[in-house]
Amino acid sequence: MLSIKDLQAKVEEKDILKGLNLEIKPGEVHAIMGPNGAGKSTLGNVLSGREGYEVTGGSVEFGGKDLLDLEPEERAREGLFLAFQYPVEIPGVSNLEFLKASVDAVREHRGEEPMNSVEFMKLAREKCKAVNLDQNFLKRGVNEGFSGGEKKRNEIMQMMLLEPSVCILDETDSGLDIDALQVVADGVNSQRSPDRSFIVVTHYQRLLDYIVPDYVHVLADGKIVKSGGKELALELEEKGYSWIDEGVA
Amino acid sequence: MTEAVNQTFDYAAQALTFAEQTQAPAWLSSLRSEGVEAFGKFAWPTRKTEHWKYTNLNALTKANFSQAPISTELSEAQAKPLFDIAELDAVQLVFVNGQFSEVLSSDLTDLNISGTVEVVRFSDANDAQQATITAELGQITLNDQHMFSALNAGQLEDGVFVRFLKNKKTEQVVQVVHLTTAQDEAFSVNARLLVVSETGSQGTVVESFVSDNVSQNALVNSLTECKLEDNAKLFHYRLQLEQEDIIHIGGMHVEQQASSQLESFHVGLGGKVKRVDVVVNHEGSGAHCDLKGVYLPQNNQHIDYHTCIEHKVPHCTTDEVFRGIIADQAKAVFNGRIHIHKDAQKTLAELNNRNLLLSNKAEINTKPELEIYADDVRCAHGATIAQLDDNAMNYMLSRGICRQEAEVMLSFGFINELLDGVAHQPIQEKLRPILAQLFGKDESLTRHITEI
Repeated sequence: MLSIKDLQAKVEEKDILKGLNLEIKPGEVHAIMGPNGAGKSTLGNVLSGREGYEVTGGSVEFGGKDLLDLEPEERAREGLFLAFQYPVEIPGVSNLEFLKASVDAVREHRGEEPMNSVEFMKLAREKCKAVNLDQNFLKRGVNEGFSGGEKKRNEIMQMMLLEPSVCILDETDSGLDIDALQVVADGVNSQRSPDRSFIVVTHYQRLLDYIVPDYVHVLADGKIVKSGGKELALELEEKGYSWIDEGVA
Repeated sequence: MTEAVNQTFDYAAQALTFAEQTQAPAWLSSLRSEGVEAFGKFAWPTRKTEHWKYTNLNALTKANFSQAPISTELSEAQAKPLFDIAELDAVQLVFVNGQFSEVLSSDLTDLNISGTVEVVRFSDANDAQQATITAELGQITLNDQHMFSALNAGQLEDGVFVRFLKNKKTEQVVQVVHLTTAQDEAFSVNARLLVVSETGSQGTVVESFVSDNVSQNALVNSLTECKLEDNAKLFHYRLQLEQEDIIHIGGMHVEQQASSQLESFHVGLGGKVKRVDVVVNHEGSGAHCDLKGVYLPQNNQHIDYHTCIEHKVPHCTTDEVFRGIIADQAKAVFNGRIHIHKDAQKTLAELNNRNLLLSNKAEINTKPELEIYADDVRCAHGATIAQLDDNAMNYMLSRGICRQEAEVMLSFGFINELLDGVAHQPIQEKLRPILAQLFGKDESLTRHITEI
């Protein structure tokens, strides 16, 4: 479904990803952990096609297509979704209008009709409820004045509406209290299915108690340096990252 | 002397000749002669004239503006959609090319007996109304400081008088419309409005300026004076929606007495030359002025807003926000002045101006001016100029929205924040598609803004 081979990328002339390999099959949940500055967020940004992140080598195949050859909006329409670490506030653009524009763009790409407003409103309300957001959030500006937890729940709601095939959660747990974490994790778990994969990027093992991964990878200095099952996360929590660095060296 | 200067003097002389020829009721004659006299004292503005530094009036010298009454062939079905606001309970006074249109206007008979508001044209005013008009007209605007106010008085022929009656609240909106259509020869329109909100009254006035298409050859000189007596509340809208080739010089001059409240909202599309002066005088303690505006020039258009809030007495408040989006090679000017006089203690005044430039050739000259002579006040002002936010753009792209639509949504969003705050929902709904279309000519780019 998503096949990353020897991916290298730089940001502002600085090499961040230095030959990253990752193979993700349908339905799998992969956790990526690693110390600060390892390139975890860069991976999400490079995959989503953000400007300023320059790919200098390697390849990424997504659903049979060359992902790196696609524009950012085409990647989203093809089914790639990045839940932002810091969702952007856009005052003046209502959440509802933003959601509908995005859902219509994806639907039209799949050859479906845009949704009618009434139908969409109903669907959006339903998803609001699923992530425990008040319906008033639909009328407000995109993420405008939302708390950290509300922003993350809004991200999960977008994911539910867009029904992507690969979801990258970029430190979705940062800034969340336990209750909010539970809501977000429930939202993600409800979306798990045999044809949808997840990449969960996180610093802490805590999130993985709620979203249980099939694989855990350690990213350090722009490469995956160790991979294992979910028990690897526990080991990291206990010993920190330094033992891996030592092992690699 | 260059030729351009000679031509410039031609315009002023021409304007004065018109003033002499104007047919108007005799009781307005002293106002007119004062206006003519005041106008005659102005030197024609050049780039060195501070007040007109960034707005060049050469366009006024490029045509021979006639002032003859102009007939129009526009049908009711063509005209109405230009200014009608759906779901808004409004009495309409419609002027086409400066001439009152009985056909397009509402019947005022019922309104004037409702006992909450009086609306009358100067030419139809009864003795009592004439007395009020002569007492109030020209009292708020300063003819020696505003040359086009002086000219407006000098050329005064007719106008509209609105009086919101003491301690009455009316939901019925008074809409004054100036519609221009392209004519064989360039022509000028002199528009005048006087609003008196009596003590404790509440009412709404909408000024609409519209044109039938992009090719226009009118010069509109519009002047509005509003007097808000104690505890009066006035909602005021100035919707300047004429297209492309219009020349529009406008003024709105307000006097606020004690504890009165003004909510004034301005929209300005660009034109060949557009200039609007908004002056609010806080004359009574406890008055509040809420002044909001958006200006949206594109192509080669030009628009200039000069605002000035005079805090003359203590305990008054001002909340002023103007935002501009400047596209293509358009130019905009914003000059926002707040003047706190020495007795105006405990003033709270804020002025914020933000501008979005959509192209490398777009231009904005913005200058917030705060002049404070009192020592116990809280004031803030700020101006910013920016381009579309990369983070917001990236976020929208990452959700599958195409770049063009994202640009339209983000641009519109920038002014939509102010539009959302408009008290009258039907006015929001009238403006939303008109303004959205400025950023996306193609319906597919604006559909998500207008459908929800």
